[in-house]
Amino acid sequence: MTSPPITDQVLAAGARPAADAKEPHRLLRGKVPGEAGVWIFIFGDMVVFAVFFIVFLAGRMDHAAMFAESRTELTQAFGAINMAVLLTSSLFVAQGVRCMHDGRRETARRLFTLAALCAVAFLSIKGVEYGLKLHHGINPGTNDFFMYFFVFTGIHAVHVVIGLAVLLVLRHMAGRTEPYRHEFRTIESGATFWHMVDLLWVVLFPLLYLAS
Amino acid sequence: MSGVFDRRLLVVWAALVGATAISFALGADHGGDSPGADTVGVSVGLAIAFAKIWVIGMEFMELRPAPMVLRGVFSLWCLAIGGTVITMFVMG
Repeated sequence: MTSPPITDQVLAAGARPAADAKEPHRLLRGKVPGEAGVWIFIFGDMVVFAVFFIVFLAGRMDHAAMFAESRTELTQAFGAINMAVLLTSSLFVAQGVRCMHDGRRETARRLFTLAALCAVAFLSIKGVEYGLKLHHGINPGTNDFFMYFFVFTGIHAVHVVIGLAVLLVLRHMAGRTEPYRHEFRTIESGATFWHMVDLLWVVLFPLLYLAS
Repeated sequence: MSGVFDRRLLVVWAALVGATAISFALGADHGGDSPGADTVGVSVGLAIAFAKIWVIGMEFMELRPAPMVLRGVFSLWCLAIGGTVITMFVMG
């Protein structure tokens, strides 16, 4: 008959666990979605876009009439449709992550595919919108409103392109029969980035299309 | 469709899309006869936008079960930037 491990004998004798086996501070308790480092990037990007919002509104305070007149050149339906497209894509991504955790990899793969199609739809609508503006002689040099419009929506569109690549990676990972090591952290990090792309448009849409 | 999607996620998505429709209705061009009402409408629309962002964070980005410090920083961004944006919009 073998004796129990030495640690069990020590603990059975009433010894306390090692002093460094502490509970995390209550502020730190919980599950971080994805990699912790990705959140530093996410918050940094959100701060950068917050500066964009403030710069735009400061410009509007200086040239209210010009902003109001220029805004009427925008087609609000484009912004609203793109909002619905991104919100739906976020639903697909959020559910895809849950399916991965539940082992429903094929369903997750299809959901990430649908989300990627939403990204393509967003970029297509954005391309049509830019094309119509340019066709009517409106470009980033027209005035400050359109400079902000093209620059901020253009930077957001670059995020959508990166997000599309991320979604295709998630789709690939979901399609593998052999899981990657730490794949859940990668998938959650990618999903977090995509949701950030969505939430930035949640502000850009009313700010640019409705607020002047 | 409900077999694929968690009920809570579907409800959250429907609420977000509904809130978008409300803020669009509040902020869309109304003929320009009442700029004061438009200011109120758009301000409410902006407040709805930042509330939507908070919901996206808590539900889609899975911050609800995340450490308090992460939830706190995100919520602080929503409050601080939302408040600044609405204040600057009204002042403009």
